[in-house]
Amino acid sequence: MKHTLAVLVENHPGVLSRVSGLFARRGYNITSLVVSETEDSSISRMTIVVDGDERIIEQVTKQLNKLIDVIKVNDVTNEDTVNRQLLLVRVNADNSAKGEIAQLMDIFRARIVDIGRKSLIVEATGDEEKIQAIIRSLQPFGIQEIVKAGIISMVRGPK
Amino acid sequence: MLGAELLLKSLEEQGVELVFGIPGGSVIPLYDVLKKSSIKHILTKHEQGAAHAADGYARVTGKPGVCFATSGPGGTNLITGLATAQMDSSPVIAITGQVASSFIGKDSFQEADMLGLSHPVTKYSYLVRDANDIPGIVEEAFFIATQGRPGPVLIDIPKDVFTQKVTEVRNPGVRKHLLEKLKKPELDFTQVEKAVEALKKAKKPLIIVGGGVNNSEGSNRLLQDFAMKNEIPVSQTLMGKGVFPADHPLFLGMVGMHGTIEANWAMQNCDCLLAVGMRFDDRVTGRVEQFASKAKVIHVDIDAAEHNKNRASDIPIVGDSKDFLEVLCEKLWASRNNKEWLRSILIQNPVEKVNFGRGLDPEGVMNLINSLLDDDTVVVTDVGQHQMWAALFVHPKKPRSFITSGGLGTMGFGLPAAIGVQMAYPDKKVVLITGDGSLQMNLQELAVIKQWNLPIKIFLINNGSLGMVRQWQELFFQENYAETILEVGPDWEKLAGAYNIKAKTLYENRELKETLHSSMANREPWLVDIKVDPGANVFPMVPAGCSLDQMYRSWKNEAHVSSIG
Ligand SMILES: Cc1ncc(C[n+]2csc(CCOP(=O)(O)OP(=O)(O)O)c2C)c(N)n1
Ligand SMILES: [Mg+2]
Repeated sequence: MKHTLAVLVENHPGVLSRVSGLFARRGYNITSLVVSETEDSSISRMTIVVDGDERIIEQVTKQLNKLIDVIKVNDVTNEDTVNRQLLLVRVNADNSAKGEIAQLMDIFRARIVDIGRKSLIVEATGDEEKIQAIIRSLQPFGIQEIVKAGIISMVRGPK
Repeated sequence: MLGAELLLKSLEEQGVELVFGIPGGSVIPLYDVLKKSSIKHILTKHEQGAAHAADGYARVTGKPGVCFATSGPGGTNLITGLATAQMDSSPVIAITGQVASSFIGKDSFQEADMLGLSHPVTKYSYLVRDANDIPGIVEEAFFIATQGRPGPVLIDIPKDVFTQKVTEVRNPGVRKHLLEKLKKPELDFTQVEKAVEALKKAKKPLIIVGGGVNNSEGSNRLLQDFAMKNEIPVSQTLMGKGVFPADHPLFLGMVGMHGTIEANWAMQNCDCLLAVGMRFDDRVTGRVEQFASKAKVIHVDIDAAEHNKNRASDIPIVGDSKDFLEVLCEKLWASRNNKEWLRSILIQNPVEKVNFGRGLDPEGVMNLINSLLDDDTVVVTDVGQHQMWAALFVHPKKPRSFITSGGLGTMGFGLPAAIGVQMAYPDKKVVLITGDGSLQMNLQELAVIKQWNLPIKIFLINNGSLGMVRQWQELFFQENYAETILEVGPDWEKLAGAYNIKAKTLYENRELKETLHSSMANREPWLVDIKVDPGANVFPMVPAGCSLDQMYRSWKNEAHVSSIG
């Protein structure tokens, strides 16, 4: 099963290589990894999506915790979180298809950000499911290129 | 003050008295000011030797051992030593020179990415960018190396940082989250309570101790108290040697691939296993799915990541073995009766001996060496058959006194490690049990022994081969002895003689006893070249990937061979 780990790390060079090295060396499967500075510029936050059974996730979490530069590991898989991914797709679109794609993308609240002679670029954000749905809906037109950013997530505030 | 001077001062403040190393271009500024400090420098002949010597020092004292090397090849030569220390949780501090800051990243002369190279083989590593940070980094490096589960730390220092004028020292102290991360874990008492209950209920309890018990000062006494009062048999891993008296009836010896019959049998038949400070290495467990499969497992380790890594445990306890044993001893219920269980272990067959009579019998040699140990003798080994014979038959009497490369199995560890040990304790007797293959892997350090007149006794178990590999070829590769026979060995008497070290080659028992005794009695280095039976193998043996039940008790013995699955 996929788990989402929110990992706070020291923001200095080498940290990413230590974390990715750990995953490579021990054969853990990273689905997605995003690093960015937090509100405190000395600390970065990694959002790591990793695939594995309970025992592997336990090991991943504990091994991450052992890294000196890791401040905190939080498995947010079972928490109530907002998860987002950014998607760019270049899709075939002759003049007749352009209107149809625009309507379709409206439903997903995705945007058309570039119009070429025979193609469009669509931009969308959403959780993994929504992104998958958008891609599926565009497939019949012929997808030329897909670029996705990794998944980021944040735990929702108490209600 | 220069960066180099500040570094030495910071090391002095950490209590460093001794470093091992070799100079080179980028560390000349450091060596240039060495004489101004109180630190003694031991010039090894290879950086690998420096790393293992620092490791030997660290293992025997529990204090960090320090080594220096220059940039590039100096640093890369340390890597095997760091990996060796990492696998056995030894607090080594490596300080490497780096090319000057402005040359970093340009494939400059003798540039190697030490940070990148060291990541997987150290607990942590630093690149120092400003001399003013040195005291803070050194303090934190020593903290990291020694706290929690110990391990090696590397500090890489560019040449210009050594010569930089210190202006305003910055020492923010150890990072806050590390104080938390590496502090001694508090025992979870509900877990301890569960462990006590499980042990009380057990009909066939067994203890196995590992290196963690050696590392935790004072836990050997508590272990002995606990085991003896409750009559629970004690087994050990290779790294756990020295914590329980080998002549005690409860002592079963080592578990694993070359474990004793009693220990392996007890492991497979116990109903409750108390595992303290060990990590279920594959050389200990054999086929892990079938390891101690009847037992409820209580696993105590300071490193939470060891729980459920190799073997799932029923009662994982994160903590220092001493803390745990202290509580356990308080909750002692004393004098339970395990007579039946003990008897069933001890009636397991002893090893059948096969002696080809083509040289000295290695087990006999080991028994003789064992009889020469006093209470404080430290035994150091290399890697191979001689190491396993030593583990089975040579029993130093105290913790931290069997120094061996367990996790990485590094040939060439022995000689330099013995140097580190003897440097740490000039008055202790140090015995190195090595092989003709291993000794040739860091032979150059004989010069250090001579230079400092270290009275190390080198007992070379000479079988004319890379014996352990040869044994595998004999047993599992149809006697295809590919590249394991050392056809040209040196004349060891002459070789030692070249360094002015006393040496003697021995072929027979009568001489052996005399020579070993007299070599032990004096305060000089000695190399004793003991020609053992080249066909001798280490038994018992559990083939790799088999369960501990599937044990070769001897070879050339059809009955036993055919019983192997
Ligand atoms: C650095 C290194 N290279 C190779 C090996 C593989 N290896 C394990 S034991 C062994 C033979 C050791 O020979 P020797 O030191 O003579 O010991 P013996 O087994 O003969 O007692 C070898 C080559 C190793 N452990 N370490
Ligand atoms: Mg040999």
